[in-house]
Amino acid sequence: MTATAAEATAAALALGDDALVLSHRLGEWAGHAPVLEEEVALANIALDLLGQARVLLSLAGDEDELAYLREERAFRNLQLVEQPNGDFAHTIARQLYFSVYQRLLYGELATGSGEFAPLAAKAVKEVAYHQDHAEQWTLRLGDGTEESHGRMGRACEALWKFTGEMFQPVPGLDLDWPALEASWLELVADVLERATLTVPSGPRTGAWTAGAGRQGVHTEPFGRMLAEMQHLHRSHPGASW
Amino acid sequence: MVTGTRPDGRPTDDTALEARLREIAGSVPDPELPVLTLAELGVLRAVRLLGPGRVEVELTPTYTGCPAIEAMSADIERLLHEDGVPGVSVVTVLSPAWSTDDISAEGRRKLAEFGIAPPRPHASDGPVPLALSVRCPNCGSTETELLSRFSSTACKALRRCIACREPFDHFKEL
Repeated sequence: MTATAAEATAAALALGDDALVLSHRLGEWAGHAPVLEEEVALANIALDLLGQARVLLSLAGDEDELAYLREERAFRNLQLVEQPNGDFAHTIARQLYFSVYQRLLYGELATGSGEFAPLAAKAVKEVAYHQDHAEQWTLRLGDGTEESHGRMGRACEALWKFTGEMFQPVPGLDLDWPALEASWLELVADVLERATLTVPSGPRTGAWTAGAGRQGVHTEPFGRMLAEMQHLHRSHPGASW
Repeated sequence: MVTGTRPDGRPTDDTALEARLREIAGSVPDPELPVLTLAELGVLRAVRLLGPGRVEVELTPTYTGCPAIEAMSADIERLLHEDGVPGVSVVTVLSPAWSTDDISAEGRRKLAEFGIAPPRPHASDGPVPLALSVRCPNCGSTETELLSRFSSTACKALRRCIACREPFDHFKEL
């Protein structure tokens, strides 16, 4: 199946917005991370994601215009990646859910011959480190103290309801989405079990989402994040160093 | 490539000229690891003559988001301009993806000398060989431990030597 040009642009936006928005969220940890090594790690992961976002958004149009001048409803990212950082456990749960998804997705795209293959083949190697980072922290916090175990469990529960949207087929990406979802569930459950955590049993999507990020419907915190992200560019159009 | 006479009448061998320009572009030091040249780092993919005084240079980033690529492009343009090439365009290519196996033997030697443990070699399709130990670039001990998968730049991990207690950067396998 060959994607139309419009579908390919929409797919580039969906993947590019995921990377851009999560990159910005991780950047919010700068100056606030629990230890120096984590400060550096989260900023590094954010930088990888920003690099991916730049390539993807450039496939869809002008990267700066797309990042800084679109309104909330025009963004196509998953609601998962726009969720606030919360405590460190929430950030790690979000990283675990997303990095496993992104690694599977890029792994599939890398084997194809589509326009996303070169980026996917490169980025999948970077994302392997993101997944490893999230996994190691999930194990350490889940199988840690009573306090860390409780927090990690609550974070995994809280974000679980945003994980169904990841497997809504994206037009333009010819993938076996049910197979991707099955692999994701298996990998995430394996990490959670090794971390002595319970795999959440609640629904993974539902009426509370009022649609989905892929359709431009976002959760309340996203508007505030965008305001901060776009403020400088909108206040000083065309400014440069 | 064509061998013959250019429109300005200067007899030239384009292949030899390309090789010389490639040498110049490849001699640019990495902006973040100045002990390495771009050729040793393995990020210089091609130098092509497009016409008289017009050259295209292909660079590949180590990491997709590597911010050094812009400084590398500017440095290459400057050096080639100084060599008398007025038209220089540097383009970024992603495929095939750069790997730490692209770092030359000389590059690895210089990294270690500079206090950065070089990346371990790996099969192109295989997993990262975490079983091999990383040698401390300060005292040579193989008893070292991982402090963080991420360090001062995207391409490095932070480790500590158990023998001499010095922390050090490790150019992590990609």
